[in-house]
Amino acid sequence: MANTAELEVEIVAADHFVWSGAAKMVKARTSEGDVGVLPGHTPLLAILAEGEMAIEPVSGARFTVNVDGGFFSVDGNRVVIVADNAQMNDAANAGTR
Amino acid sequence: MGAQIRVYRQKIASTTSMQKIFKAMELIAASRIGKARTRVAASLPYSNAITRAVSAVASQSEIDHPLTTEPEQIRRAAMVVMTSDRGLAGSYSASVLKQSESLAELLREEGKEVKTYLVGRKAQAYYDFRDRESARVWTGNTDAPDFETAREIGRALLDDFNTDYEDGGVDEIHIVYTRFKSMVVQEPTVIRLLPLEVVEEAAPSETELLPLYEYEPEPEKVLDALLPRYIESRIFAAMLQAAASELAARQRAMKSAGDNASDLIKKYTRLRNNARQAEITQELSEIVAGADALSAS
Repeated sequence: MANTAELEVEIVAADHFVWSGAAKMVKARTSEGDVGVLPGHTPLLAILAEGEMAIEPVSGARFTVNVDGGFFSVDGNRVVIVADNAQMNDAANAGTR
Repeated sequence: MGAQIRVYRQKIASTTSMQKIFKAMELIAASRIGKARTRVAASLPYSNAITRAVSAVASQSEIDHPLTTEPEQIRRAAMVVMTSDRGLAGSYSASVLKQSESLAELLREEGKEVKTYLVGRKAQAYYDFRDRESARVWTGNTDAPDFETAREIGRALLDDFNTDYEDGGVDEIHIVYTRFKSMVVQEPTVIRLLPLEVVEEAAPSETELLPLYEYEPEPEKVLDALLPRYIESRIFAAMLQAAASELAARQRAMKSAGDNASDLIKKYTRLRNNARQAEITQELSEIVAGADALSAS
């Protein structure tokens, strides 16, 4: 499952697509606490708490996304972040693939 | 004599100005429809992700959630009717309302009370005119719905769904909206929103087996948080489809109205020319007759 060492991340908001790309690490705040997801993570379905999540893309600098609730799922190396409202903080890195 | 020509001229002038309005409305609808369809497409990733997650939780854990369990007796059903705010869209609102009427009749035959929720001013006008009761009305922006409205509708419906029958709550929720199949075909559709029929992924297609997820917090809590979102996203999707359908219906209606207007203009122009020619002929024959009479005397 974890033969590729990168995560495939997809961030979607209710009415639009936010970002997708390859990442080395995703850090999210769930209702229980912060979770860091690295490639090869076990499948996980968690509720997001309001706050900031950080994504470290394979190429480019780390950026953060503000979400106000939602959930995310990790499945294989695919991370789907479903936010009610997502706001990219660093527009400079907002390269959609 | 000149009266006839004047009448035709007036008719031509008014039809021409109406034709301009139709043309403008058609162009506006045509330009907005692309945007509406893009929005339908843009909401897909969200609803796909949420549907997948809900079915993942539902097919794995033994779920016993109030939103998914069928009440043993359904005594009151809610019906959400999605129409447009404005007219000039042909039979768009009328066919949704017709569909809702037959649904209401069906529900009543099954011995259920019907509680109606209206979206769009056309539905409101329809109910007001007939002095009928509606539980709640949302108007405005039916041709460009925002997620906030969908959320509001979702909350209101969930609140009523979680209320007991005795306190005015409902046991099931139906939505009547227009599904956008293509630019030419939009059909009024009924979906049952609640209780949810969670389709457990029976035969996972291809290699796409749903993985065994770990949940954080426990599965029930996750479902608690997921289901309202799932419902909101279903409502929002229905609203977006309805908006695209409304614009397509309007474009089509305005196109045929414009065509009819140009036919009418052509017809009136012919009649006017006829009348003018008749007048000239008569004047001529009067002059000739006058001259004849003078020379004869």
